[in-house]
Amino acid sequence: MAMTLNEEQRHLRDTAREFLLARAPVAALRALRDDRDPLGWSRELWAEMAGLGWAGIVIPEEFGGLEFGFTGLGAVLQETGRTLTASPLYATCVLGTSAILLAGDQKQKQAVLPRVAAGETCLALALEESHHHDPLGVRLRAERHGDGYRLNGAKQFVLDGHSADLLVVVARTAGEPGSGQGISLFLVDAAAPGVARRRTATMDSRNVARIEFQDVEVPVTALLGAEGESWPVLEQVLDRGRAAIAAEMLGGAQECFQRTVAYLKQREQFGVAIGSFQALQHRAAAMFIELELLQSVVMDACAKVDEASPLLPMVASLAKARANDTIELVSNEAVQMHGGIGITDQLDIGLFLKRARVTMQILGDARYHRARYATLRGF
Amino acid sequence: MEDLEQFRIEVRQWLEANCPPSQRTPASPEEQYWGGRNATFASGDARVWFERMLARGWTVPEWPREYGGAGLNGQQARILKKEMVRLGCRAPLYGLGVWMLGPALLEFGNEEQKREHLPAIAEGRLRWCQGYSEPNAGSDLASLQTRAEDHGDHFVVNGSKIWTSQADRSDWIFCLVRTDSSARKQAGISFLLIDMATPGVSVTPIKLINGSSEFCQTFFDNVRVPKQNLVGVLNEGWTVAKGLLRHERKLMSETADTVTTAAHTPIECARRYLPFADGRIQDPLMRDALARHEMQMHAIGLTQLRILEEARTGTGSGATSLIMKYCGTEEEKRKYELMMAMMGSQGIGWEGEDFDAAEIDTARQALFTKALSIAGGTSEVQLNIIAKRALELPGVI
Ligand SMILES: Cc1cc2nc3c(=O)[nH]c(=O)nc-3n(C[C@H](O)[C@H](O)[C@H](O)COP(=O)(O)OP(=O)(O)OC[C@H]3O[C@@H](n4cnc5c(N)ncnc54)[C@H](O)[C@@H]3O)c2cc1C
Repeated sequence: MAMTLNEEQRHLRDTAREFLLARAPVAALRALRDDRDPLGWSRELWAEMAGLGWAGIVIPEEFGGLEFGFTGLGAVLQETGRTLTASPLYATCVLGTSAILLAGDQKQKQAVLPRVAAGETCLALALEESHHHDPLGVRLRAERHGDGYRLNGAKQFVLDGHSADLLVVVARTAGEPGSGQGISLFLVDAAAPGVARRRTATMDSRNVARIEFQDVEVPVTALLGAEGESWPVLEQVLDRGRAAIAAEMLGGAQECFQRTVAYLKQREQFGVAIGSFQALQHRAAAMFIELELLQSVVMDACAKVDEASPLLPMVASLAKARANDTIELVSNEAVQMHGGIGITDQLDIGLFLKRARVTMQILGDARYHRARYATLRGF
Repeated sequence: MEDLEQFRIEVRQWLEANCPPSQRTPASPEEQYWGGRNATFASGDARVWFERMLARGWTVPEWPREYGGAGLNGQQARILKKEMVRLGCRAPLYGLGVWMLGPALLEFGNEEQKREHLPAIAEGRLRWCQGYSEPNAGSDLASLQTRAEDHGDHFVVNGSKIWTSQADRSDWIFCLVRTDSSARKQAGISFLLIDMATPGVSVTPIKLINGSSEFCQTFFDNVRVPKQNLVGVLNEGWTVAKGLLRHERKLMSETADTVTTAAHTPIECARRYLPFADGRIQDPLMRDALARHEMQMHAIGLTQLRILEEARTGTGSGATSLIMKYCGTEEEKRKYELMMAMMGSQGIGWEGEDFDAAEIDTARQALFTKALSIAGGTSEVQLNIIAKRALELPGVI
């Protein structure tokens, strides 16, 4: 159980912090937003990130990656949370890569992962079909057709779905929505005939999409894993995703908090720093407590991925539930404690608030994960 | 009581006969009529509705008739409001003149000021904004620095105000200015009415996190203000300011009643976004959360009623009213967090065809509600006031 970073990982984190502050600070997200950039992230920046090895951070060396593990990736994501950096890092290197690593065969890995590690191919996981996280609720149909399959259905809230080159599509080859039986994963070229994608404008100015699949034909080789048997592996992919998004949320919450504490020291009213009012001090102290607890669970969740621990599902739910609660609290308090300026677009705090609300919806809200945790614990 | 029942029946009949059907749906921001020099009506019906209400004195129902009102007492006004809500009637006229300055002028203005300004507000001819806060004077409002120098028959005003809601669309501003810098903080402040068309007044809009531009910074550079625009006594403007703030806070405690947009109500939201079984929300946690919210609103509504009745009968300490701004605005924030939780990934939309108008409105309004516990005196300041005035605890700032 690694609750601290080793030297290598610390070095990675420090490099990430320096790089992001210099090349992708919050101002970069503002610029993408204000320029109404159609991509929503910068290809040049992604090339630089790939150059640092981040695109292949969890990919094994045999496929051109760094094989640095989730603890390292978590540390980098935490830093991107601090700078609100828009990049394919999460959708491609956590969700897409995990699906291929865990479900793909040697040939599929060989075909995709080296290109991902080189920053040449971006991935997305097409999972959700309704407004609430419901991985078992998959309806998108994949039917046998000739030598391959034919896909029909629609996905929403697909992170980076508008720009990914390859989509990992969660489909149903058998069974009814609600059942884990009959869930299959397909690797689909985003440019395939019948795939229609539309970028959805969410409040965080980041990138999600709706994707429709109309008679999309794929060969048998597009199937990742065994037909109808992918639910267990999908759960593992999602748990990696939950641990990783919790790491980003931890960084966002920490940054938002630190900026707020700095403001409490700086802003004066009634002739004193507002941070001298106990009404605010106690709330700041209470947030500090929550952030400390969150840090522990995020680190443990990432470590559990690296250890291939059977406890991962429980800890991933623990991390995501707490990340949701903490970031909601911290972002609300940050606005409130800044007073009037907190509600302006000019201050970055509002951007953290908006990103927080979107991340809270990614792969399950706090209710979902508390219920899942209870189930896993057997009560 | 019987008279009130009679009044209710009359009001209901009149509203049913006179409110055009198009004016019985929630008004989007563009459809709201705020009056003012540059105002236009969103539709012919909006004009008809406004003019009919104006003719009855019901743009400002509680004001005396001679100033454009209908002279209704508190209970009658509440009945009118309730009946309007029941039918879904839009407010015929919005504005800080109607809600805040008018009531303050009725209390503190001289006869000349009332005659000059109140009918102009009631008739929607002028739109007002509020110049209280400054960059360095927010919660500590009394430390304000914008100063007005005495130049015989007029003042010369210099300084800047910030977070001035809708200053870019307003004709006049009511301002707190320092007229005696040697006195203690509250002591040297005066309450001035300033025509924003006067040379030297300028405004810069400030964008909010919900994408709208609700407020501005307002600058005063050697602005000449006639002496007759001083409300109340020189250097005693703090009394007027506080009187006006009571109206503002009462208004803000009722935002849930008055703000009608395309946004969902929590119950509509539940019906649209959550699974039901046998007429019940399936998820017991969501059901509990919604019930908690509805109960809180219910309790707040009953408390408003009790405050009104205590005022009418001269019972009660008045301390109860101190809680309303805090209760109302904090609950409004929780309401939107709850709706966002119900809506899931449909509750985080910004624009575009993937979200309908109600979804975008709800998401943007959810962001805006964060301002409610800041504007008009923050929640912390409200709690300080309760601690100090209702509880008389020592050492409260
Ligand atoms: C949407 C909106 C519209 C507004 N419209 C207007 C308008 O039209 N006209 C106008 O004049 N003003 C307006 N305001 C300004 C508003 O009145 C001020 O923002 C508010 O009074 C707080 O002041 P501040 O922003 O300077 O925050 P600060 O006073 O700097 O407060 C920062 C934080 O410190 C806390 N704090 C301060 N003092 C204490 C204390 N003693 N104890 C505990 N905590 C404390 C505050 O509660 C807050 O959380 C508006 C504000 C908003 C958000």
